[in-house]
Amino acid sequence: MSHHLVELRSVSHVYPDGSVALRDVSIRVTHGECVAIIGANGAGKSTLLLHLNGCLAASSGEVRVGDFPLTRKTLTQVRRTVGMVFQNPDDQLFMPTVLDDVAFGPLNLGLPQADAEQRSRAALERVGAWHLRDKPPYLLSGGEKKRVAIATVLSMAPDILVMDEPTSGLDPVARRQLMALVSEFQHTRILASHDLDMVLALCERTVVLHEGRVAADGASRDIFRDDALLARCRLEKPLAMQGCPVCGVVRLLPRSGAA
Amino acid sequence: MASIDSIAENLRHLDEFARADTVVHRLDPRAKVVVTLAFVVIVASFDRYTVAALMPFAVFPIALAVLGGLPAGYLAKNVALAIPFALLIGLFNPFFDREVVFHLGSLPVTAGWISCASIAVRAVLTLGAALVLVALTGFPAVCAALEGLGMPRVFAAQMQFLHRYLFVLVDDAARSTRALALRSGGNAPRPTTVASLLGLLLLRTWQRAERIHLAMLARAYQGELHSRETWRFAAAEVAFVIGWVSLFCILRYYDLTRLLGTLVARVLP
Repeated sequence: MSHHLVELRSVSHVYPDGSVALRDVSIRVTHGECVAIIGANGAGKSTLLLHLNGCLAASSGEVRVGDFPLTRKTLTQVRRTVGMVFQNPDDQLFMPTVLDDVAFGPLNLGLPQADAEQRSRAALERVGAWHLRDKPPYLLSGGEKKRVAIATVLSMAPDILVMDEPTSGLDPVARRQLMALVSEFQHTRILASHDLDMVLALCERTVVLHEGRVAADGASRDIFRDDALLARCRLEKPLAMQGCPVCGVVRLLPRSGAA
Repeated sequence: MASIDSIAENLRHLDEFARADTVVHRLDPRAKVVVTLAFVVIVASFDRYTVAALMPFAVFPIALAVLGGLPAGYLAKNVALAIPFALLIGLFNPFFDREVVFHLGSLPVTAGWISCASIAVRAVLTLGAALVLVALTGFPAVCAALEGLGMPRVFAAQMQFLHRYLFVLVDDAARSTRALALRSGGNAPRPTTVASLLGLLLLRTWQRAERIHLAMLARAYQGELHSRETWRFAAAEVAFVIGWVSLFCILRYYDLTRLLGTLVARVLP
């Protein structure tokens, strides 16, 4: 009995133009896990993410969130449980001010004004963006937009966080700040990214997609040691696992877990 | 390219003014919208040869702009931009309506010229008032007020999105035109190139709209944009509406300019 569970059972997806984006994908993500979805461009990462909260419906197979299969009936409940942070914050921030935007979800859930504001405040403080509350979204920097976009989802108190390319377009410091923030969350987290160093630092587990299929699913460290797999899937080792171009020494793996 | 950038800059200014906090800003947006609508209707209701009697109406936009701290230069510049369009509408009046009404020195002034001037004055007044309304209220609040006054929710939501994504669209268009200019080698781009650029811009906008809709659905959107703002239509708002609308009615039925003229003529024989 857990709301924090996400499961895909033999999910396939065919787009209306006939292109097959997912073929027989089965993944099970359990409570509190932080899982990365990696793969080449067009491998099916974004399509997979859009299945997790019913933005896309599987052509065949089943998506289960918590203990329910995702159907039209459970859609509202699932969308409350799964918080989706889109890649481009400009698509996610559509209200006149930051606070309006963060309160959008809670108000849609039917929360009273005061509760919605209190939740929005907590979410904005959580991501360190409370001081931006009265600004219109177009005046924010890229890093600020990303953090506010996360707050818009946190305010709905989801159990599962799904993020598409959370670190793309950020400067090195903003990227580190965002990684620190994501690593502190207790939610079940599913991140799709090309930022393999972030994957290595944050996710114990990695799923590799290749041409719509699951090519590998296992501990991130093991997957990044499999040179043949990485080459076949148009990937490479994270920079932290490659030799230093100046002194040739391979850095020790970052903290967490046994090496 | 510079002009697209300057449009964006201008829009941002409009939003900046709306974030100030003055007596006018604190009024319920519905009160301001109602008074502005009354203003526009009454100004439009005058006879087509009226010019002088319209002048006192300028007191409304000017008073609000002063109280709301809106720079006169900004207001003048933006209203001036609209004058050519107004003149275009009245352009042919002097040719068709050649009846001479009076002589200015030796110059005959025809009814056509007067009606043309009347159109220009009305355009300046109504546009000035609308600009002041948006600058001192903020576009989203104006939308909310219109919804509160009975405009269908769908239109209010559309206007709000138009405002939000105008900035994104303008930035996008500015980037595309800059890229086009950089590869045009100083020549004016061919019409077909411009057409395909606009087409792509439209398609990108379309895709973006779909992504935004997904993002809204992901956050439990069910067809209603809830507003966090709670406005109160209190005594100040009632006084604001009654005060201005009565003044407009007085100015509509008593030609203040003429009264002033007769008064001056009587004092100075």
